[in-house]
Amino acid sequence: MTVFIIRRLMQSAFVLLIMSLLVFFGVYAIGDPVEIFIAADADQIERERAMQALGLDQPIWAQYGFFLLNAMRGDLGRSFVFNIPSIELILQRLPATLELAACAVTLSVLVGIPLGMYAGYRPQSRIAKAIMATSIAGFSLPTFWVGLMLILVFAVQLGWLPSTGRGQLGEFLGIHSSLFTLDGLAHLLLPAFNLALFNISLVIRLTRAGMRENMPMDYVKFARAKGLTQRRVVFVHVLKNIMIPVVTVIGLEIGQVIAFAVVTETIFAWPGMGKLIIDSINRLDRPVIVAYLLITVVMFIVINLVVDILYSILDPRVRLADAGH
Amino acid sequence: MVGKIGRLRSMARSLAYAAWAAAAFLALPGAGAAQELVMGLGGAVTSIDPHFHNLAPNNGVAANIFDRLVHQDENQRLIPGLATEWQAIDDTTWEFKLRKDVRFHDGSPFDAEDVVATIRRVPRVPNSPSSFAISTRAIAETIVVDSHTIRFRTSKPYPLLPNDLSTVNIISRKAGEAATGDFNQGRAAIGTGPFKLIEFVPGDRVVLQRNDAYWGGAVPWSRVTIKTIANPSARTAALVAGDVQIIDQVSTADVPRIKSNPQIAISKTTSNRLIYLALDQNREQSPFVTDKQGALLPNNPFKNRKVRMALSRAINRDAIAQRIFDGEAIPAGGLLPTGFFGTSEKLKPDTFDPEIARKLLAEAGYPNGFAMTIHGPNDRYPEDEKVLQAIGPMFSRVGIDTRVVTLPWANFVTQASAPNYAYSLMLVGWGAGTGEVSSPLRSLLASVNKDSGMGASNRGRYSNPQLDEQLSKALATVDDVARAKLLAEASETAMGDVGLIPLYYQVNLWAHRRGIQYAPRADEYTLAFFVRPTK
Repeated sequence: MTVFIIRRLMQSAFVLLIMSLLVFFGVYAIGDPVEIFIAADADQIERERAMQALGLDQPIWAQYGFFLLNAMRGDLGRSFVFNIPSIELILQRLPATLELAACAVTLSVLVGIPLGMYAGYRPQSRIAKAIMATSIAGFSLPTFWVGLMLILVFAVQLGWLPSTGRGQLGEFLGIHSSLFTLDGLAHLLLPAFNLALFNISLVIRLTRAGMRENMPMDYVKFARAKGLTQRRVVFVHVLKNIMIPVVTVIGLEIGQVIAFAVVTETIFAWPGMGKLIIDSINRLDRPVIVAYLLITVVMFIVINLVVDILYSILDPRVRLADAGH
Repeated sequence: MVGKIGRLRSMARSLAYAAWAAAAFLALPGAGAAQELVMGLGGAVTSIDPHFHNLAPNNGVAANIFDRLVHQDENQRLIPGLATEWQAIDDTTWEFKLRKDVRFHDGSPFDAEDVVATIRRVPRVPNSPSSFAISTRAIAETIVVDSHTIRFRTSKPYPLLPNDLSTVNIISRKAGEAATGDFNQGRAAIGTGPFKLIEFVPGDRVVLQRNDAYWGGAVPWSRVTIKTIANPSARTAALVAGDVQIIDQVSTADVPRIKSNPQIAISKTTSNRLIYLALDQNREQSPFVTDKQGALLPNNPFKNRKVRMALSRAINRDAIAQRIFDGEAIPAGGLLPTGFFGTSEKLKPDTFDPEIARKLLAEAGYPNGFAMTIHGPNDRYPEDEKVLQAIGPMFSRVGIDTRVVTLPWANFVTQASAPNYAYSLMLVGWGAGTGEVSSPLRSLLASVNKDSGMGASNRGRYSNPQLDEQLSKALATVDDVARAKLLAEASETAMGDVGLIPLYYQVNLWAHRRGIQYAPRADEYTLAFFVRPTK
């Protein structure tokens, strides 16, 4: 296992290097950041000053070399437009995104698995058919549209929930989060559901498929023959077996939800990382884009590692040492 | 002075507003948070430091917290701010009389030393991506005459100093050495403005509190929250749901829906922003102008005034304003709407006439037209892509086969600007920050000159010695009346020569709940002090 983890980490360092190179030169190819963020009525003299102040007057390879040197020391540069170290900027926004992602993933597990199990357990029932039909809608409706509809129905028409923004933050054990106040939860509900909708559908489908596949299998018949209650058969033995694909997908989806909650965050004006990255791309704020994508890569690497380790716990037949090949 | 009477009157009006507001909110059921204003604005604020980044949303927030020596009213005319009066005492010296009995949010009195500290700090903000140094550059020397009189010496006659200083926020001398971060955290964000900073959460909101000691009259709101809501539909939804009371940059698509809602009213005014076509008039062969078979034309037709005229006459500006903007755009014939300083009454939008356009093309030697590609952004100005898609066929109709290519602003602007100048004909916009016509003349039409900073955004590299001369004469004329006349003549020269093709002026739209009103501003800012409960 240790060898496996070390090999993984070495691969990761290489991935990070390639990623930084791609992003750095990719953003350079898009355009000149100074053109974007300089005031329109600035003249050539002011433009030159800004280029120099931000180090953009250097040749691109020199800029990259400088970036690499600093990166070794853990400094990924300062945001051009915020004048804040980009890591700090991202970490400021991280809690908002994390709580949104955590709620979305929790929702998808709490709603998706029971519904999926039911749909797989009684596939012919009307309720199961309704669940499956709804899950198709969850897959196919575009997030931004659903988001706007949610605002329209729950904020504009019914007036039950606030339309946008993050609510009041509460403090619990030194952590500031909107999970700890009623106002915060009210603000969180719509965006979390919007973000979760796709994942709920995904989990329903995966769980249902797993149920249908596992129920006729020998070990289920054997468990029944042994005299176990139906409840124990389904919730202990079958559930454990269908969890492997579900865990993989949820793991990947956590990453997706954290890194690319852009649409939901934009529509609900949620001050998270997704909104930061899209703003930064529009402004060509290169230090933030690079730092963000590097952090995302690290996050995916860690999640995959955790998923691999979870596999081996759920299914002892999976050997970690083999996963590297 | 007229200003004084006006101030008294506005003070009386403010008092009446305040009394009304109190009564109205008591009467309104459910309006628990009395005198609280929540605004939903499209632009994201990146810093509270008023000198760090010259960016519209930042400047808008700063204007609530800080004052300038000279303010701009809603039509961008200069009015007294922290300076009560100013005059040029000779060709190279400006004298500003400062307002007395003004206090900063921390209680310290305002005087000339604060102005000195501000002028000193402006060009020295580290890592500034777009500084205000350009507004203080003309100042060669600052002389404190007494605690409330200050003089600025310029190296050459510089009539625009009051305009330039109307963009520079005055900070407390205590913040003279403060870093950008100190402002963001509120420690250094000490101004003299109508509101004090309570909290800045980047990307989310800015929270302000009333400054009871404000010199400019009663402040209508005890607490103001400025929320950033980038998505236009979400902004509208937040307004309709009542989560915010006023929004800016109302999307054209939402206007009919908003108009039909009895709870919501719209405020609008003509913007200082012109949308225009820039034409490559520099190269002998322009990269996107070909014959109809696709071979590069040997000559650049845009160098011929008749071709430029023909293009302008081929455009149906009324149709664009009516069909695309539902009437919320004003066909343009000049660089700024009439009424702004230095505009000419004579400049009217070219009338749409495809026959004349064809004739002009024939006279210019293109009886069968030619082919070209026009470029523009698709995410920068309201409906920019639709406008381009409409203009393409208008050109094709007079015989110029036109292909339209739109790109995201980040890609477009780098290619369109110096030193790439990649396009032949492009759609761009210009907002005159100083509120007078020398701004577009200097940047868009003066011959490109790196050293003097002229023609910085002259993407067609138009060059007309007569215009350059008229403009430099105007820029050295301190007398307002004479300068206005010279600028008007210069714009007549430029537009008569079709240095660029003006399309339309944008209309700035705000939507707000009934019960409040806003004096709509030509410069697009949404300032909380001017959002008032209605009578």
